[in-house]
Amino acid sequence: MNTGTLNYVKLVVLALATLFTMIAASYARDLAYQVHMVIFMIVAAGLFLTTLRATDEPAAPTPTNEYFDSVVRAGVIATAFWGVVGFLVGVVIAFQLAFPQLNFAWAEGYANFGRLRPLHTSAVIFAFGGNALIATSFFVVQRTSAARLWGGNLGWFVFWGYQLFIVLAATGYLLGGTQSKEYAEPEWYVDIWLTIVWVAYLAVYLGTIIKRKEPHIYVANWFFLAFIVTVAMLHIVNNISIPVSIWGSKSVQVFSGVQDAMVQWWYGHNAVGFFLTAGFLGMMYYFVPKQAERPVFSYKLSIIHFWALIFLYIWAGPHHLHYTALPDWASTLGMVFSIILWMPSWGGMINGLMTLQGAWDKLRTDPVLRMMVTSLAFYGMSTFEGPMMSIRSVNSLSHYTDWTIGHVHSGALGWNGLITFGALYYLVPVLWKRERLYSLSLVSWHFWLATIGIVLYAASMWVTGIMEGLMWREVDANGFLVNSFADTVSAKFPMYVVRGLGGVLFLSGAIIMCYNLWMTVRAAPAKASLGTAVPAE
Amino acid sequence: METYSLLREFADSWMLLLLFCVFVGIWFWVIRPGSSKTHRDAATMIFRNDERPAPDKEAQK
Repeated sequence: MNTGTLNYVKLVVLALATLFTMIAASYARDLAYQVHMVIFMIVAAGLFLTTLRATDEPAAPTPTNEYFDSVVRAGVIATAFWGVVGFLVGVVIAFQLAFPQLNFAWAEGYANFGRLRPLHTSAVIFAFGGNALIATSFFVVQRTSAARLWGGNLGWFVFWGYQLFIVLAATGYLLGGTQSKEYAEPEWYVDIWLTIVWVAYLAVYLGTIIKRKEPHIYVANWFFLAFIVTVAMLHIVNNISIPVSIWGSKSVQVFSGVQDAMVQWWYGHNAVGFFLTAGFLGMMYYFVPKQAERPVFSYKLSIIHFWALIFLYIWAGPHHLHYTALPDWASTLGMVFSIILWMPSWGGMINGLMTLQGAWDKLRTDPVLRMMVTSLAFYGMSTFEGPMMSIRSVNSLSHYTDWTIGHVHSGALGWNGLITFGALYYLVPVLWKRERLYSLSLVSWHFWLATIGIVLYAASMWVTGIMEGLMWREVDANGFLVNSFADTVSAKFPMYVVRGLGGVLFLSGAIIMCYNLWMTVRAAPAKASLGTAVPAE
Repeated sequence: METYSLLREFADSWMLLLLFCVFVGIWFWVIRPGSSKTHRDAATMIFRNDERPAPDKEAQK
């Protein structure tokens, strides 16, 4: 099919989509659905007009001798933007917990803690982390396949389609459109939209690997591919639900009771395992060797690391359901696999750290590399803490306390955050063809603000989590519980303030990064070494 | 035997054995003789083709 006919098909589809969403917006049974249909309608109508204007116009030829980097540049900008938004919301809700007065009466039902909390988790995991993964995977797969991204403008569809998903998810949470599954809150039609975008993502990624010019598929691509495929599977199974009406956002889960809980935590833990671990390990296996300017310590170890992680992670979910209706054998299985998982995790960490063998001196002069190495250290720390917390007896103390939140943040801020910042510092000069970053001392500032922020966060959550766990189980001589729930809440106040301050430090570091990257594009000297002229994309 | 017990028994016997053997097989495949050169080549691939895609085979002739 040539582009001319394809444009007519697009026009028909977009016109029907506009019409349908118009009808849906007027029949809407709830506010979240109505707002979303209006958003869909505006997007579809806008695309209809731009497609119409381009129809029967001569199409610009696609350059085959250069990489498709404009979509990666857009991804870098989106990552930085959503990162700051997500961290900001995190700081707000941290202070809402410390000072409940910040749940303003006028914003009740829209901006209270319960509505903002999923906004924060989804903004940092899916908007910041997801954009970082899409951008870096598109960058890495082109370089390691020595081929331009497959699918032409499908790359742009993945990028903008994913941004639309983020906007729908975020507005849905604030307006109450949620199915109440942790990290899978968006309702059924948003889930369907994400599935379409994700299939396009898989097609672009696989298509590029299939037309690669290098004989091998570099290990980073294995991790990215595992991330894309597994997230597709998790997303579809965990979101099997039946809408109450096609004119409303409410849906009912097909699974119920303990099966639903197990499916949810099979999803939830593997979202950690394949979204926040496998995908970011793909980033690590490319950017750490590039920044250190030496190949990965052991390629053999990286292959074993990959397969061990894939074989083990998928079983670890039940450790979220200790002491519940889940059968003992299932929760023991989850616990055992979580502990075995320690080995591949540390294998990967050692592989990343030892890549610096013979180049450790670079840590003194290169703050970007220092950031990456610290992220690996946090990866090692949280992959030790996680298996330990999955042991049933430890879990009886740590579960439902803030220790869990501390654990999540040392992994998310320390590992995912710092490795992403490192990748962004690497990418911006390369993508905008600049000689170097605008300021290395600002990178150092960012590094120290972020690290101290994480330490404040994790330490205060350890203290408050263990304290609260001990207070909940404290009984007096007659066997009565000593503390009420409200006693633990007031005892936690100072640690909540420290945690909020840690968040402020982390956020200020990210803002400094945005300034530094902006000035790199604006003010750093352009790279002159290219020899031949590069046509603009 | 009902489906659950059947699948459960299969999962913790033959399937477990199969997956374990596949995993051990991967170890042997990774350390097979002659793999070092391949792995060195793959590990240094990231330092090639930084600026632009590799040209097509036909174009090189």
